[in-house]
Amino acid sequence: MRASRLGWAIPAAVVPVLMLLAYGFKTDPHEIPSPLLGRPATAFSLTTFAGAPVSLEGLRGKVVMLNFWASWCVPACYDEAPALERTWREYKDKGVVVVGVDIQDKEEAARKFLAEFGHSFPNAPDPAGRVAVSYGVYGVPETFFIDRKGRVRFKKVGPLSDEFARQHLDALLKEPS
Amino acid sequence: MRRSLAGVAAAAVLAAASAWAAQPPRAAAPASAAARVDEQTVHDVASELRCVVCQSLSVADSPSETANQMRGIIRERLAAGESPEQVRAYFVEKYGDWILLSPPKSGFTLLVWVLPYVGLGIGLVLITVLVRRWSRAPHPAVPAQIDPAMRERIRREMSEMDKP
Repeated sequence: MRASRLGWAIPAAVVPVLMLLAYGFKTDPHEIPSPLLGRPATAFSLTTFAGAPVSLEGLRGKVVMLNFWASWCVPACYDEAPALERTWREYKDKGVVVVGVDIQDKEEAARKFLAEFGHSFPNAPDPAGRVAVSYGVYGVPETFFIDRKGRVRFKKVGPLSDEFARQHLDALLKEPS
Repeated sequence: MRRSLAGVAAAAVLAAASAWAAQPPRAAAPASAAARVDEQTVHDVASELRCVVCQSLSVADSPSETANQMRGIIRERLAAGESPEQVRAYFVEKYGDWILLSPPKSGFTLLVWVLPYVGLGIGLVLITVLVRRWSRAPHPAVPAQIDPAMRERIRREMSEMDKP
């Protein structure tokens, strides 16, 4: 009699816990949505390894592919490096600028990395990590796609592929400026 | 002992004062602004922020370079005159609520704060109800009636047991 009356209590207690666990184990804790998507990209002003100034303000009207990397980021940054240069060469005459931001790195190691892959797009160090934090960067590599109006539109965590870059740059280039 | 301590303290104050006085007037402004940033405040803000490259560590507790740079940014923003709340809000704006080690006490995450107390309340009510019910249940003062056939069987089996 009593058992049947309290029979609902056990499933009522266990089912929500199981549902919570099922949800928790299915979601990847490393997959964190960026609150920046759709919002204006934070302005930055850096000096490249080549000594030239590069700022978001100066790239207004262009689609910007902003890539955060580091020479110690093995193997992900090495894996994507050739794709970055290929994308830059393919798109530089179509209104796209690829900008690399080197974080938490030693200058010598960073220069060696750039020389190794022959990167010809602007690459600048971010010594205090201000630009990285202002983009909510968790780790390297992370790549942000900024549209012609200066809004962050896509974010890629992990190594970038030619296909991903092409697909997202084409989408942004199709939009009216 | 006490006197020597006082002496050391006096010397320290003098040294600090002379160092202060020795600073060129131009450099004094930013230096004093930076000095006004209390390291304890930096630590307090940092301890509420999740170190993004760690597992369950705050920016205050992590030795990683990322956390180190974040502490630098906290210090810098406080020095620029932002309040600890504004600095926290800056990190939330960039990383989302995820960056906070304690979920905000509003919206959906309010549940995390409220549910334990709700559970505790339900548990207390349940225990009270059950204990009352058990203590109110009548004690069977008179042993239940056993039918004669059963009584006879028990008697028989007991006597069987007594036999060697």
